[in-house]
Amino acid sequence: MIRVAVQPAAIDIAAELDLHDAGGHGASASFIGRVRGDGDLTELFLDHHPVMTAAGLADLAHAAADRWQLSALTLIHRVGAMMPGETIVFVLTSSPHRAEALAACEFLIDRLKTDVMLWKRETFAGGQIRWVEPRESDETRAEKWTR
Amino acid sequence: MSLEIAYFAWVRERMGVADETVDLPANVTHVGALVAWLAARDARGEIAFAEPQRIRAAIDGMMMGLDAPLAGAREVALFPPVTGG
Repeated sequence: MIRVAVQPAAIDIAAELDLHDAGGHGASASFIGRVRGDGDLTELFLDHHPVMTAAGLADLAHAAADRWQLSALTLIHRVGAMMPGETIVFVLTSSPHRAEALAACEFLIDRLKTDVMLWKRETFAGGQIRWVEPRESDETRAEKWTR
Repeated sequence: MSLEIAYFAWVRERMGVADETVDLPANVTHVGALVAWLAARDARGEIAFAEPQRIRAAIDGMMMGLDAPLAGAREVALFPPVTGG
């Protein structure tokens, strides 16, 4: 099972886990990215491309499925406006073996940050608005997977 | 040549539109030249494309470098480096 979604609605993590539980896979690894509430942030907005964002996630999912032995993979990214504490991104990989599930999960979130058409805009309590700048550390982490 | 251009994130905000159709001069043959042409066209473009090294592009749904040719392109997307996750 490969499940990829780009959605404005909140991510129902329990329901997503249930889909993997039902498969009887030996091992599952997950990553949950949430909106940090530091610095008086009141809203995080995620801009996206109507076609290429989902296509980019699907490309990454298939690349992971080609590279590791996975029995199920879920990759969901929210778009639109979010509040501090809300889940932005959810990655869940299942495999007969933990090493494969863990590596695939890390690959997916590392590459998602540099390869997929998504842009964060922060709004703060004082009314300031700023688009998030890419971080060099994200680029470094993503590059290690090209080896 | 007629070309659709779509803008995203702060590029869209600075351009003031999400997309537009342009008639390209014959000498605008690759993405980098398109960015330079938009920067020279008006004040919005000058602000949006003041730092071409911060601009990324896709042609008809495929990520491309600024040296990519525009021949045969229908839609070009111009946007900042991505920051999802």
